[in-house]
Amino acid sequence: MTSNSSHDGVHEEHSGHRSGHGSLRSYMTGFVLSLILTAIPFWLVMGDVIESKTVTIAAVMLLGGIQMIVHMVYFLHMNSRSEGGWTMMALIFTIVILVIVLVGSLWVMYHLNTNMMPMSPEMMKNMP
Amino acid sequence: MANPNQSLRAKKQFHLEEEHHPEGSTNLGFWLYLMSDCLIFAALFATYAVLGRNYAAGPAPADLFDLKLIAVATTILLVSSITYGVAMIRAESNAKGGTLFWLGITGLLGIAFLGLEAYEFYHLIAEGAGPQRSAFLSSFFALVGTHGLHVTFGVIWLVVLMVQVSKFGLTPENHRRLMCLSMFWHFLDLIWIGVFSVVYLMGVVA
Repeated sequence: MTSNSSHDGVHEEHSGHRSGHGSLRSYMTGFVLSLILTAIPFWLVMGDVIESKTVTIAAVMLLGGIQMIVHMVYFLHMNSRSEGGWTMMALIFTIVILVIVLVGSLWVMYHLNTNMMPMSPEMMKNMP
Repeated sequence: MANPNQSLRAKKQFHLEEEHHPEGSTNLGFWLYLMSDCLIFAALFATYAVLGRNYAAGPAPADLFDLKLIAVATTILLVSSITYGVAMIRAESNAKGGTLFWLGITGLLGIAFLGLEAYEFYHLIAEGAGPQRSAFLSSFFALVGTHGLHVTFGVIWLVVLMVQVSKFGLTPENHRRLMCLSMFWHFLDLIWIGVFSVVYLMGVVA
């Protein structure tokens, strides 16, 4: 690997940017955690480990959620201090919108589907 | 702003105008872009969550998805995240050759991921399970395809940056660009966690 001496002077200038970067150690920690958190859900599903489908789905979702947090912390270097806390504020805002979009869609469409079930003439008469 | 490297950077005078932003505003701006991108994916995930069980008497996820292939694709994307991390560390210690080497590895892994995805899509369409088959497949192709498109543009961006770095070296401008692509690349890996959990694993179980 070659070093680039002609840019030594320039290098000092952007040392301020470095605070947001991780060390090899933190990257490797994140990588190993992610590997484990990826392997478990695949093993659960491919090996048919758990009898109950609901439990399997809950486990997959939980492990996926944990792995997203691992990525945020170790790869995207999220913390409450970067950019004076504004990245964290933007993230929280996005998560709020995301939950509204996801839960709202599922809730509305579930009830819509329920109401679209074939109705008897009796039920039709009682519709508002 | 006193700049000891005026002579060195005189050729790129037109770039200097951009350098007067307060420290780190690019990072915050790019983060806000990623958050808006996140909302695009939220909408696509919501669409898939609503339509994902409407098979129109067509094939279901358990009939279509090859989890071994997805496990390989997931591992490739995860490894590409760590190789990008190593490239950033090399860039910090100002090793141009090392940065280019690890960026190259990341790019190859990205292309391998896209190859697997193209292979999967090709097989689905060849089996008659294209996006027009059912609401489930429409929302599947929309969600996974959008992610694949993001990876494609990430790879193009990566190649452009490799040319930039090899031509102009690890200047502050290039360092900032590498930082933005780093966030973009890790973000795509994060979205992929949602894709393989919700679409592939939960699809096969249900």
